[in-house]
Amino acid sequence: MIANYGYKDGSGDWFISIDTDKCAKCEDKPCVEACPRDMFYVFTDDWDDEVVGVVEEKRKKVKFECMPCTKLEVRPCVKACKPGAITFSF
Amino acid sequence: MAEQQQKEYWRWTESRWHNKDIDWKKADMITAGIDVGSVSSQAVIMVDGELYAYSNTRTGSNSPDSAIKAAKMALDGTGMSIDDIHYTVGTGYGRVNVPFANRAITEIACHARGANYMYGPTVRTVLDMGGQDCKAIHCDEKGKVTSFLMNDKCAAGTGRGMEVFADLLGVPITEVGDLSLQVDEEPEPVSSTCVVFAKSEASALLRAGWPKEKVLAAYCSAMAHRVVTLLEKINVEKDFAITGGIAKNKGVVVRLEKELGLKALEPRYDTQIAGALGGALFAMGLLRKQRAKK
Amino acid sequence: MITAGIDCGAKTVKVVILKDDKVIGKAIIPAGIDTKKASEEAFEEALKEAGIKKEDIDKIVATGAGRADQPFTKDSVTEVSADAKGINFLYPNVHTVIDVGAEESRAIRVDGKGMVMDFAVNEKCAAGSGAFIEAMARALEVTVEEIGPLSLQYKQEIAMNAQCAVFAESELVTLVHQQTPKPDMARAIHAGISDRIVSMARRAGLEPDIAVIGGVAKNPGFIDCLNKDLNTKVIVPDDPEFVGALGAAIAAKEI
Repeated sequence: MIANYGYKDGSGDWFISIDTDKCAKCEDKPCVEACPRDMFYVFTDDWDDEVVGVVEEKRKKVKFECMPCTKLEVRPCVKACKPGAITFSF
Repeated sequence: MAEQQQKEYWRWTESRWHNKDIDWKKADMITAGIDVGSVSSQAVIMVDGELYAYSNTRTGSNSPDSAIKAAKMALDGTGMSIDDIHYTVGTGYGRVNVPFANRAITEIACHARGANYMYGPTVRTVLDMGGQDCKAIHCDEKGKVTSFLMNDKCAAGTGRGMEVFADLLGVPITEVGDLSLQVDEEPEPVSSTCVVFAKSEASALLRAGWPKEKVLAAYCSAMAHRVVTLLEKINVEKDFAITGGIAKNKGVVVRLEKELGLKALEPRYDTQIAGALGGALFAMGLLRKQRAKK
Repeated sequence: MITAGIDCGAKTVKVVILKDDKVIGKAIIPAGIDTKKASEEAFEEALKEAGIKKEDIDKIVATGAGRADQPFTKDSVTEVSADAKGINFLYPNVHTVIDVGAEESRAIRVDGKGMVMDFAVNEKCAAGSGAFIEAMARALEVTVEEIGPLSLQYKQEIAMNAQCAVFAESELVTLVHQQTPKPDMARAIHAGISDRIVSMARRAGLEPDIAVIGGVAKNPGFIDCLNKDLNTKVIVPDDPEFVGALGAAIAAKEI
């Protein structure tokens, strides 16, 4: 399942997409530590898979929280994710 | 609060229904789904996997009370009480506050499941336009979610956005859709996505002499467009179904279908109960599991 | 040399007349539905205050969202440029200026000479602008001038979840039902918009000293929350809404 966290407002689309099928296969979830803004957390979803999601308090601030990492070559979370489950809309 | 007089326009009637042909006292499994949203709350009662009763109410200032109110309204006249329900799933924004729920499940999962029951296993794309959010869900033939997206940061494309306009124009919300279709020519959509700014834009249009129908058409058009851009982020394919309150707004639905190039399936039940219905279905599976363990 | 700057904002039109680095006249008029008329009125008033005639002005530059609607000049600069020049003129030690207007807000990082290093803008969402505070003040049945001081009398900090002005209004209704005291709600409103503004400003980079301009800078409740969130004391110039027009007047000297 592709879970899209974030929002769309007048200034554009600001979504982080997590492929939960890929994410569930990963054991240690290094993306959580790799993120300098503490955007992620691990939880058990409605289908009893252990997956990563975007922290509720940060979900509506994706644009501003993730902007600094946009300037880097590769975002730390994308780099850390071995199955390649994380993608960004911006 | 300064809105006493204006409040009448957004007021839609609360409703309930139950199937008099089912005798619940002979039931093996009675399950319930309670969907507490930020604007409306629904309760659905299923008896042995069949839809038995439901209610559609306005959420109050208190989630637990809203959950109980919705449940009691659905049960009104059936002789059933909350204690007779074997398993309840809470969903929606207030799902952790349903006092008698056995488990909380996200509204994404529940809407997909509910849409699957309401529209059949051919449904793949579900658009839920709720009170304060807009959800685009892609599911498989069993109603399991394969991708989703929820926008609840911005009022554009939500019921509250529509209510603001109904208020501004003094048109009861239930009539907004039909009225917006009474235009000879489709006007340009309002340019601001932001409801607050769109409202100022609409006021200026009214002052310039635009009739209500035209302003509503412009707004419904903008709303439909904004929603389509959200939908396009997930896999849009037929069959397409719309749930939630705005599904009842023909003005938005017609424009949506036109822009998507897809017709939405005809609803057989109140479109607002999809979440609660999904919850009641999940409850059945969970009840079976629970009983099997014993 | 006499120059003038005209800032056509969403809510008000501001005019500043500058003579040899001294402001000799200024005016602010509600934009209403006719920006052209409002700018003419504002110009008239500023000229009167300065005691000069329009012909005495050497150059005029316009800025603001409605800058194409004023009839005085074809020369214009962006709001970002104008704000940067304006703040640098007043406070050359300021390196970040945050402009919160009626419908738009922006954060600009400048160097010691008033050149723009980086900036971030919020222009399509009411929740990051004065429109948010206006809507909330209406819901609380107080004026925009009252809501700031009211918020400073808060006893308890409550968090508002809603990011959208429309949703925030519904949230306020719930808080009113729960009999939340008005100062606490006012505080929550200001804390919310401050949080959003700071998020935006971080995008441009927060280099001290930090100044706040625009109409919303006159709101003491908002400034108090900003100071708290930024862990500093922001500089608020006198007449903060005129900084854009001032910057435009300075730009006029450079043409």
